[in-house]
Amino acid sequence: MRILDEKAELELEHDVLESKMESKEEKKKRFVCVVCPMGCAIDTKYADKDGEVKIKEVSGAECSRGKVYAELEVTKPVRTLTTTMRVIGGKKKLVPVKTSKPVPKNKIFACMEEINRSRVQAPVYVGQVLIKNIQNSGADVIATYEVEAWN
Amino acid sequence: MNEKRKMNEKKDGLRRYEYEIAVIGGGPAGLGASLSAWKAGGKKIVILERGAELGGILPQCIHSGFGLHYFGEELTGPEYAYRFISELKNTEVEVKLDTMVLEISAEISGDMRKRILCVNAKDGIFEIDARIIILAMGCRERTRGALQIPGSRPAGVYTAGATQRYVNIEGYLPGKKIFVLGSGDIGLIMARRLTLEGAKVVMVCEIMPYSCGLNRNIVQCVEDFGIPLRFSHTVTKVHGRERVEGVTICRVDEKLKPIKGSEEYIECDTLLLSVGLIPENELTRNAGIMIDERTGGPVVNENMETSIKGVYACGNVVHVHDLVDNVTKESERAGMNAAKALFEKVERERERIGNVEYRKDNKDKDKNVEYEGDREGKDNEEKEDENNIRLSAGKGVRYTVPQRLTNRVKGDVEVFFRVTEVFRDSKIVVDGVDGVDEGVDEGKGEVYVSQKRRVMNPGEMQSVVLKKEVIEDILSDGVGELRFFIECK
Repeated sequence: MRILDEKAELELEHDVLESKMESKEEKKKRFVCVVCPMGCAIDTKYADKDGEVKIKEVSGAECSRGKVYAELEVTKPVRTLTTTMRVIGGKKKLVPVKTSKPVPKNKIFACMEEINRSRVQAPVYVGQVLIKNIQNSGADVIATYEVEAWN
Repeated sequence: MNEKRKMNEKKDGLRRYEYEIAVIGGGPAGLGASLSAWKAGGKKIVILERGAELGGILPQCIHSGFGLHYFGEELTGPEYAYRFISELKNTEVEVKLDTMVLEISAEISGDMRKRILCVNAKDGIFEIDARIIILAMGCRERTRGALQIPGSRPAGVYTAGATQRYVNIEGYLPGKKIFVLGSGDIGLIMARRLTLEGAKVVMVCEIMPYSCGLNRNIVQCVEDFGIPLRFSHTVTKVHGRERVEGVTICRVDEKLKPIKGSEEYIECDTLLLSVGLIPENELTRNAGIMIDERTGGPVVNENMETSIKGVYACGNVVHVHDLVDNVTKESERAGMNAAKALFEKVERERERIGNVEYRKDNKDKDKNVEYEGDREGKDNEEKEDENNIRLSAGKGVRYTVPQRLTNRVKGDVEVFFRVTEVFRDSKIVVDGVDGVDEGVDEGKGEVYVSQKRRVMNPGEMQSVVLKKEVIEDILSDGVGELRFFIECK
């Protein structure tokens, strides 16, 4: 849960994801920290030259973990993807899956597409690797539940 | 074969099975309670589960974020459930799936054993006879009816949890343009899930000026995907005859009343409701167990025992938790104490039987003889003066769990509570009065705990630990009521 002062709320409503352009070199981005319930608003300044991101300033974080979080969010935002995959010949239609490690945020939809195209033959076991190195992210797609086969 | 031994045909034709401990519900609470009861040495345990599989809601909660506190690693819902289910397979705990409990009767007096009336396709209507009952029925979602949103009644209005089941278990997408009302965690998680599966989530709207979900979910489910999030807004009308075509939203004032003139029409084909959970306590109420109207669950003591001796409760049936890890911990306490109570009961019965045998041998009829009825009376007397410390919620605190402490309380006790609004840099204070002077101002009683908290908000359950030494003080001071309240700067 998060509480925002009105100004911050407005700011967030208007540009949630887009970074503000100060000049061509320096960009600004504000984050709400998710590390702990404090929910610090962290401001970052960074330079982005053809995808090569360099942190210039991080402010507003009340602890060092928040700073690390914001830096990672700017330079290389990653998420663990969880979704489902179709099962053939199973007692259930779907098996829940996850990526074995976080994948880059900008590859999430490509990963979804690949997983939704794939099918797995039952039985499926917990931890079974269903797709190796999905979208060259270095992460595997693994089953998080079991699905028994029909007979 | 085992079943045959246990089964007795009663005169009225109902099948009857005997168990020591019956756990109602096979979700995280039921799993935790039965496993810990088993580990504590409990025997003849049965789980009665209404659904077709164990795990409750967990198998459909495919996202991660479970187990950080309990296992120290981040798991998905199915993985979390799997750990307990596979552990259960190595025990002799019996599981009855597709079995609905219709009624429990656990009278305070007159009957040591408790009866559970159940129904399933195999046994028909049947009875379970148990010494201990653990209630672990969980909760259910508030629906449109609870909100009384005006407008037509088209298809396309779903609760978030039901949608989660359609998408993650059944494999259906319930709509293409989704509007989410309420910023509860399930609603936020479904906003992300539906977006990933190709639907467009047009907006998430929350009546309160703050989010009811975890911070992490706001960021990773809503902001990551650029989904508009509106606070202090609610849906005032649903449009569409056969299918939802849109909703009217409205800004609300401080009293949460819609402000005239602020109406806005939003086009969508599905309205998702994530507007709170209600503990499922029909069985509890019918059994005459005392309910706390603030939590919607049974009043429990530090052992998770309800107002009826031998009936325990744990998990979301007691109060709605935000983290399954806390449900597991609470259930383990319930299971362990249930097993302990069972031993005491068996021990008492054995003593009684021993006495009878002794009497036969000595032909001495009038000494040390306790009949069943007398013993019952004694149990109830013990009961009456047992739960004698009341925990009450004062300023800024909505409720506490447990709501009672017994006079035999020992060791550290963790008390969970929720605050009524957002508090920053304030204190949680616990003071005690001796029941007689109830008119004493908060803070004027003997203060036992005063802890600084940087931030407390209604969406996150708080807890305060009453240390062993504090408990000893409370007991020796003869406190009748412990008051929990928030002290602001």
